[in-house]
Amino acid sequence: MTPSPDGKPRVALFVTCLVDLFRPSIGFAALKLLEDAGCEVFVPSQTCCGQPAYNSGDRALAKALARQAIDAFSAYDYVVAPSGSCAAMLAKHYPGLFADNPNLAGRANQFAGKVHELASFLTDVLGIEAVAARFDRRVTFHDSCSGLRELGVAAQPRKLLASVDGLELVEMEECETCCGFGGTFAVKFGEISTAIVERKVENIENCGAPVVLAGDLGCLMNMAGKLARNGSPIELRHFAEVLAGMTDAPAICAAAAPQTKR
Amino acid sequence: MTASPTSAQFVLNAHQAFEDEQLQKALHLTREGFVANRAAAAARLPEFEALRDSARDIKAHTLGLLDLYLEAYEKKVIEAGGTVHWARTGEEANSIIIEICKRHGAKTVTKGKSMVAEETGLNDALAAQGISPVETDLGEYLIQLRHEMPSHIIAPAVHLTRDQIEADFRRNHADLPPERDLTEPTALLAEARGVLREKFLAADVGITGANFLVAETGTSIIVTNEGNGDLTQILPPVHIVLTSIEKVVPTLEDVSQILRVLARSATGQDISVYTTFSTGPRRPGDPDGPEEYHVVLLDNGRSSMLGTDFADMLRCIRCGACLNHCPVYQAVGGHAYGWVYPGPMGAVLTPSLIGIDKSAPLPNASTFCGACESVCPVRIPLPKLMRHWRERQTERGLAPQAQRWGLGLWGFFARRPDLYRLATRIAMPLLAWLGRSEGRFSRLPLANGWTATRDFPAPQGDTFQAQWRKRTKTAAAHGDGE
Repeated sequence: MTPSPDGKPRVALFVTCLVDLFRPSIGFAALKLLEDAGCEVFVPSQTCCGQPAYNSGDRALAKALARQAIDAFSAYDYVVAPSGSCAAMLAKHYPGLFADNPNLAGRANQFAGKVHELASFLTDVLGIEAVAARFDRRVTFHDSCSGLRELGVAAQPRKLLASVDGLELVEMEECETCCGFGGTFAVKFGEISTAIVERKVENIENCGAPVVLAGDLGCLMNMAGKLARNGSPIELRHFAEVLAGMTDAPAICAAAAPQTKR
Repeated sequence: MTASPTSAQFVLNAHQAFEDEQLQKALHLTREGFVANRAAAAARLPEFEALRDSARDIKAHTLGLLDLYLEAYEKKVIEAGGTVHWARTGEEANSIIIEICKRHGAKTVTKGKSMVAEETGLNDALAAQGISPVETDLGEYLIQLRHEMPSHIIAPAVHLTRDQIEADFRRNHADLPPERDLTEPTALLAEARGVLREKFLAADVGITGANFLVAETGTSIIVTNEGNGDLTQILPPVHIVLTSIEKVVPTLEDVSQILRVLARSATGQDISVYTTFSTGPRRPGDPDGPEEYHVVLLDNGRSSMLGTDFADMLRCIRCGACLNHCPVYQAVGGHAYGWVYPGPMGAVLTPSLIGIDKSAPLPNASTFCGACESVCPVRIPLPKLMRHWRERQTERGLAPQAQRWGLGLWGFFARRPDLYRLATRIAMPLLAWLGRSEGRFSRLPLANGWTATRDFPAPQGDTFQAQWRKRTKTAAAHGDGE
């Protein structure tokens, strides 16, 4: 690892394809959080981590995309993603893809060791305890499955959210239960996915918080899509937007201002 | 009863499960209990996680030397006066059992709970020979009355409500007074006990499964909560154990180690009510026990899983925790999986036993949330194994065409970053413009699975990478570049 001349950690932002395409504001929030934390942030050319291919059984495509990401991101000290799911793909599954290839296994392992989910990177690696932000709302937090079970992300975002002025965290029942997204599962098994997200929505509504935060855009899109279809006013956002104080953009599935101003 | 598998039509089965109000009611009532009970049991035992490691290691070690342990086990069974029969397929296992029953002129056979017997379709095979099988586990008895398969590997009738059970009892126990009060679950239990008691005494042969086989002693072990297994195997003159080859472990010490995680993972009990050890037939001086003791060891494809990606699945001790914690199982119940083994363990095991062509949707019907793996007492990496099945399907061209086409298109762009950026730079602002009034779409082509019930968020506009490039270019133009 080559530290930058001024000693700042050189962090490559793996913005994730969903954030790149659908909600760049999450990417800019992550960027701000990393820069505020004293990192020099880079955005290498990127597409997709390959997880949809990997989880659909297309190992060849997953490998091709993994090689591409490893090539593009290996030069930095750290690789950070505002997604537990994509970070887990890079950190936990890339090495397995090349385990039978001695020419690449070492590189894949080395790369995997640099990868972190955003909240985990800020707290576990950089030791950040608090952010300077204000959000005068009650919020609840959904633990996305991959981040939770593959990377152990649960306390880290809550710790940072606790430092946000005005924010009150109310835990919902079964916050660690899947929302039913599961990538292509949500389309291939739409009826089952719907039943699962209905239960999640029930838990969200029962906890009474008007805002739901999570660390994965896929889950957020699923929950927001269901709540919007139900006509619910509950807002869904990535926790990075709140931590960075960047909550001007309409919530996920919400129309642009002035309709959202209540 | 065993029917031909309907696993291939999982999506349709699941749809029917959603239409079934009684089923949804039953699923709703039970789903939280299993999870809470297991969590409480695990929390009470500081060494629980270490015990899981140990259980995993015992099973993995045994599977690595399976042939040796099975031979050692057989030798001990013979020494104890019993007989071991080896069955390659379900039909072979059934034939062996029918032959033993016929030799003893059996008319009535009592049965303890056995998933392997479901796998071989033993009840139908016995009935076809004029031998009447009677399930004595309460849940199995209930589903036998209804001609159904178990919907759960430890709670076969978990899909039924009390009202359904009362109606089944009134229909089937027609000789009992119609005015009797069956509103309390205990009344239902007492009635089943009365009916079954007569069957226990009439049985010519008793058939049980086995949770474990012990190589050092030739012992078979069943783990139950009702005591029916003991009556099944002690009262008739012949006891047949029908089980599968991966149930063997080296020593009694190993069994007692694994027992510490089994019931805790399954029901949250520290240990099940009965843990029954059987070693050979009745010996001189024994107060009771069968005159003959047979063990039928089924392979049915398991030995060909050894040494493959799927060998880890053979560690399974059938606790049902993966079912109980699976959001998909909780939503659709066990029958949707279309064969004997439901939930995540079934999604991995069923393709191994009946073929992936007959069970294609099962390994795909998972969000990969990982809850199953996080509670598995022998740490089977269930999502990884489901993914391996998906890979096999891709390799064999069995993946659905829409999926292949979609992934192919996505892959084409994703492997070409410059083209990807160009295409998305044009497409996303256009999509954003189309969705600008609502901030979401209520319908999208090719995504009906999503938009039938959920809106899809409209993108914000320019992609992150497009905005980033614009920003860094502007910064460079102002001379304060990267």
